[in-house]
Amino acid sequence: MKSMAQLLHEHPFFAGMEPEHLDFIAGCGENHIYNAGDYIARENAPADHFFLIRDGQVAVECYVPNYGSLCLQTLHSGDIFGWSWLFPPHLWTFDAHALDEVHAIRLDGKCLREKCESDPKFGYELMKRFAHIITDRLRATRIQLMDIYGQRRPPMDSGQ
Amino acid sequence: MIPTLFRIDRRYEEHAGTFTLQLNPPLGSDTTGFRPGQFNMLYAFGAGEVPISISGSPSDKNGLVHTFRTHGLVTLALARLGEGDSIGVRGPFGDGWPLEQIAGKDLLIVAGGLGLAPLRPVIYGVMEGILGQRKATLFYGARRPQEMLYRNEMSSWREKMELELSVDHAVAGWQGRVGVVTGPLAAVEIDVANSVVFLCGPEIMMRFCIRVLEEKGVPLSSIYLSMERNMKCATGHCGHCQWGPNFICKDGPVFCYGSVSRWFNIRAL
Amino acid sequence: MGTFLLDARDLDALIQAIRSQGHQVVGPTLRDGAIVYDELHAAADLPHGWTDEQEKGTYRVLKRDDGAYFGYAAGPHSWKKFLQLPRRPVWQAQKSDSGVQILEIQEAVPNLAFIGVRSCELHAIAIQDRVFIGDQYANDSYAKRRANLFTVAVNCTSAASTCFCLSMDTGPQVTLPSDLAMTEVLEGDEHYFLISGGSEQGERILQQLPVQPASEHQVALGNRAIDHASEQMAEGPRNFDSSDMKALLYRNFESPAWDLVADRCLSCANCTMACPTCFCSTVEDSTDLSGEHAERWERWDSCFTGDFSYITGGSVRADTRSRYRQWMTHKLATWQDQFGSSGCVGCGRCIAWCPVGIDITEEVTRIREMEKQ
Repeated sequence: MKSMAQLLHEHPFFAGMEPEHLDFIAGCGENHIYNAGDYIARENAPADHFFLIRDGQVAVECYVPNYGSLCLQTLHSGDIFGWSWLFPPHLWTFDAHALDEVHAIRLDGKCLREKCESDPKFGYELMKRFAHIITDRLRATRIQLMDIYGQRRPPMDSGQ
Repeated sequence: MIPTLFRIDRRYEEHAGTFTLQLNPPLGSDTTGFRPGQFNMLYAFGAGEVPISISGSPSDKNGLVHTFRTHGLVTLALARLGEGDSIGVRGPFGDGWPLEQIAGKDLLIVAGGLGLAPLRPVIYGVMEGILGQRKATLFYGARRPQEMLYRNEMSSWREKMELELSVDHAVAGWQGRVGVVTGPLAAVEIDVANSVVFLCGPEIMMRFCIRVLEEKGVPLSSIYLSMERNMKCATGHCGHCQWGPNFICKDGPVFCYGSVSRWFNIRAL
Repeated sequence: MGTFLLDARDLDALIQAIRSQGHQVVGPTLRDGAIVYDELHAAADLPHGWTDEQEKGTYRVLKRDDGAYFGYAAGPHSWKKFLQLPRRPVWQAQKSDSGVQILEIQEAVPNLAFIGVRSCELHAIAIQDRVFIGDQYANDSYAKRRANLFTVAVNCTSAASTCFCLSMDTGPQVTLPSDLAMTEVLEGDEHYFLISGGSEQGERILQQLPVQPASEHQVALGNRAIDHASEQMAEGPRNFDSSDMKALLYRNFESPAWDLVADRCLSCANCTMACPTCFCSTVEDSTDLSGEHAERWERWDSCFTGDFSYITGGSVRADTRSRYRQWMTHKLATWQDQFGSSGCVGCGRCIAWCPVGIDITEEVTRIREMEKQ
């Protein structure tokens, strides 16, 4: 069995993080397996955790009346999800739904939050990594918004 | 140069507004040879011509396959044709995918929407085992699952290559990814010195994919892309498809990104 | 071989000799207040005693005080209208119960003779040759018209203020091959042409003319007249160094100069219609009311229109800035990569015929100046 610190070290999100920080984070983490169909997070439920996906596929969903669950994005091995634990009121904004068997590392949000507050260097290191992921997601969302495969945008014939 | 008349042997609606036509050459004519990535000018009687890439297999000598989306008058007229009807064909034109670059390397095929059509002949090459690639992966993005082309062939493709399918908007039952096609491309490990990337899709999609590939260190000279511009003659005479010093019709439509990156990044060129 | 003297009073003999070989002779003639190119039946059809005055956005014909036949510069027409027809049928298609039939239009192409082709215009024809018959695919209509073309070139002995062939290295002296080349000399009471053959066919025509060998002095007078045109251009405001056009424009695709010219340009396409090398065309397909008979026509097109660059979703070049930039960078820079020469011959037509007086030589200077800022 690999130690939690080792598993964290192997996850792309923590690549290059200082060992002492990883050791601390390892203390906040536990392995968890979700079965296909399990809800890992539910909209408006308390957001106590932050997840690293080791293996499996997770759908970020929103429940739409008269339609059902609308999948906004899927996440895969090497991805992370969940940052609602970072900010009050610490409630999930969307559902997270295991699409197959998901092996995840679940990190205690409260534990991480307190460490960030007391150790700004650690906090900054973690925030940079989150900022990077959030930027990637924002970029992907913007591309999605452009509806690049549809070509029926209104013309921009400014020169005519 | 006048069109040769082909007969529509099979007409298939891939999804609303997107059609695949299988065309049979006139008796005794051997006019179906082409290189993957090339295109034909298809003529709908009285309506005009449009450039449409060839999406069938080069080793299939029985006919030509074209997939197109209805948009203007000509594609609408083409869509109204039925099996048995005549269609005019001029071609094949242009420079195709550099298949000779593939041997011994990983082949990454990156397609968006209708951009899979000109790449399908390459996929058939992978299926027939004639390209000599090491590993082949198809990254294919579409708006929604039902707008993915050639879905019924994909299970057989999986026998010879990896498929990373992603859609912007999922529906119930969709097993693949939801998100933009750049996601799986960014996540995959690329042996940058020994890979070749064939890219085709809407220009914005190609731009974002190139950015990801550049960040991963893929040499620009290993990236090939297929460009689209207005085209009337397909023989380099009408001037419409000019793109900097390039004529898309005769110098392309497939270009090495390393050679055209400066033109690719000038707006409204 | 050698240079001969043809008295101006015998110029008609030249035209008749060419006509008698079965050629349709076209050349400059005065019509609607301009010197245009059209069919000539006799030397009297030439703009005898006329000249032109040209400036940015200006073209006027004026009476000369002598009887020169070729005493003017390039007018609104260029020879391309006879080689790349402004409008021509390409094919006809017929639909019946048995299917569709497509028939290529077989044009009856006359043997053309161009009289009064200037050096810049020979260059323009050579440039269009490279476009239409110099590559993998040939434009059959152009190729047929070009094949039997007979040219009588004329050296320029005076330049319009819009002329800049000196800068483009395309004139004023005829250097490219032509069947016959002439220099018109008016010296005191004398009025003659120095004429020499450039092909077998040209020599044959020459033999039928009442010519005599020209003296050294007469040849020198002819050369001096050509030098005069060079001097006019060298001293003029449109003389510039064109040797770095490709590098200059390739560096300046994002120059603010494009915005300045776009503020004035009307996107009217006049420059592309008047230009002797602009070759863009489009096609028009139509059916008759029965729906059983279809035609395809080809006609001149211009990169200044919105439709020109239309692809699904919209125009690639949606504004005037990108269209003018396309035209000018193509003409002066990308053309060199495409066809091995500049696409501009310095004839000045685009300057005179621009309704708002945009001057391509000024735009080059502006880009150069703005790059330094």
